Amino acid sequence: MHTYTEKIQNLAKDVLKQGKAEMVIGFKQGTIPMAANPFVAKNENDADNLIWSSTCGLNLANYLPGIKKCEGKIGIIAKGCDSRNIVTHIVENKIDREKLYIIGLPCTGMVDKKQIALLFDDEITQFSEEGNTLIVKSETKEEKINKQEYLRSNCKTCTHRNPVIYDELVSDLVEEQIIEDQFADVKKIEAMSSEEKWDFFDKLTEDCIRCYACRNACPLCYCPTCFVDESGPQWVGKGQNTDDIKTFHYLRAYHCAGRCTDCGACEEACPMDIKVRNFTRKLNKDSLELFNWEAGLDISQRPPLDTYQPDDPDDFIM
Amino acid sequence: MKIIKIDKKEWEQGLDKSRKEYHLFGAVKDKDYYLIQALGDKVYPDMESSDTILSPKSVIFPQTEKMLTANLDEAQDNHHIMERVETDYSPRAVLGIKPYDAKAFKILQLNFDTEEFKDPYFCDAYAATTLVGLAVNNPGQFDFSTSVDTGPFDETDLDVLLIDTGNEYLAKVITDKGENFISKCGFDNQTDEKNALETISKLKKKAEKAIVSTVSHDKLNGKTILELYNAPFWDDIAFSCINCETCTYVCPTCWCFDIQDETKDKSCIRFRNWDTCMSRLFTEHASGHNPREGKTQRVRQRFMHKLKYFPDKYDQGLMCVGCGRCVKHCPVNIDIREICEQMNS
Repeated sequence: MHTYTEKIQNLAKDVLKQGKAEMVIGFKQGTIPMAANPFVAKNENDADNLIWSSTCGLNLANYLPGIKKCEGKIGIIAKGCDSRNIVTHIVENKIDREKLYIIGLPCTGMVDKKQIALLFDDEITQFSEEGNTLIVKSETKEEKINKQEYLRSNCKTCTHRNPVIYDELVSDLVEEQIIEDQFADVKKIEAMSSEEKWDFFDKLTEDCIRCYACRNACPLCYCPTCFVDESGPQWVGKGQNTDDIKTFHYLRAYHCAGRCTDCGACEEACPMDIKVRNFTRKLNKDSLELFNWEAGLDISQRPPLDTYQPDDPDDFIM
Repeated sequence: MKIIKIDKKEWEQGLDKSRKEYHLFGAVKDKDYYLIQALGDKVYPDMESSDTILSPKSVIFPQTEKMLTANLDEAQDNHHIMERVETDYSPRAVLGIKPYDAKAFKILQLNFDTEEFKDPYFCDAYAATTLVGLAVNNPGQFDFSTSVDTGPFDETDLDVLLIDTGNEYLAKVITDKGENFISKCGFDNQTDEKNALETISKLKKKAEKAIVSTVSHDKLNGKTILELYNAPFWDDIAFSCINCETCTYVCPTCWCFDIQDETKDKSCIRFRNWDTCMSRLFTEHASGHNPREGKTQRVRQRFMHKLKYFPDKYDQGLMCVGCGRCVKHCPVNIDIREICEQMNS
């Protein structure tokens, strides 16, 4: 059991008992190995089901806009990226800070489930962790691996493991990573010729089945009707035409410009293992270089794309 | 019943012979996972592969399928008259399909191929297809096929069932379609039926015994629709659902589709796409009213359809073959087995 699990359960029980919040959004143990199921604890008994593990890779801030019936506060377990998306929700007026009771969780990274699965020829039947060691078993073998080597790629470059906003903490803050070159992956794509870029992005999205798991797992994607679902006018074709598929991915990425926290929920959710962060990462890099901006760090700051400053970069204007 | 012995060393050679008459489909490794694909020259199906992410339903019922076309040029006599598009329905064979995935086509037929209504696209594709199954000797942890009236050796909708015995396949030839395919491959080493059946029976028992995942649904029939519809657990089940469409797209038995028209210059194409009850648009009326406005209603619909409405209407068991794909690929781990147990309890 992860050392955070008991602490989360106790904190959640206390929060519910004292009425600091009416419910606590967290994770419960999944029904299959390496799965965690988002879950809402409404009473102290429910709180016994809350867990933590390095497989809690979805972003719980995604569930906040969907909660309609809650007179008191909503409690939520928030690792670094979740907390940044909570800030983004507050800044974008999706939810009131006063409505939230945030249990901050200093994070040591989420694991890349697909990478771990590749270590085995057969199915993984058991997963557990002891500190930095992951113990993974299948019918035919057992692997003990170092968690830091199997982090999701967004966790490898994360510099905000600690929650940026919280009412209570699950543990002491953890040391933040110092990343020498945060955008090495983006630079590689930037260095490509136009033809190579076309080819790269064509290949990237070729297996997309338009299930929209990336969009629906994303806390930023809360539009009441997404542009791909509009029918009058219909902006995008509905079939498996590759141009329509690319239109969805490109436009969705632009809607996330200056807002994306690189939480990785989109890639975590994708059943086809499409690395959709290749789109948003470039926009994060631009936001940082052009506006010195990282999304979701401060509820008092307006995002660069909804404000105007006289010294905004304007090199693109002839 | 004919049983042919195929030396694995001759398998690919046989497939090459069949290519004169058949387009072949099978599991191919694409990047890090398996997909069902049309096999190009010198490409062979991976018979050792685990489940493909998407089921083989797309071979007969593609995600996007052109149906009709029309010329919009008013100077032409036949302008605005929809005509069926030309599609290649020459023989095709799906190699190594899991027996329960094949059984799923029997379920799709209940929708697409009835006495009263025949969907020409489905029927023509189905008629053109030979299903060459591969018995599952080592079922995975997601496989609950034996709980839902099928199983790792189910022959219900197969034309040939291959059984892997190590260096050889035993090919149980079940239908005329299967007979034709096997003979076009040049496989003709008929083996003693009694011995072969004994071997198959042993492997079958072993495989069925190895299935660890089960689901009970015996009480669903005795419950009323409203009892289940109004059950108190739907909000809790639906809480974590993000309403993506993964479960319905990976499912071998989900058959819903949506029809779209697209025009370009003077031509128009009408095509259909897989549709999904997970999407709000699925039931949105032109008036703006939506009878399934919330995700709880949509999640409930998916499970009620598979586990209650379908069994009640067709009396053919559940609308599920226990392949486990939705369990494995759901991003938030909503597990049909757990929900079925809840509904059944």
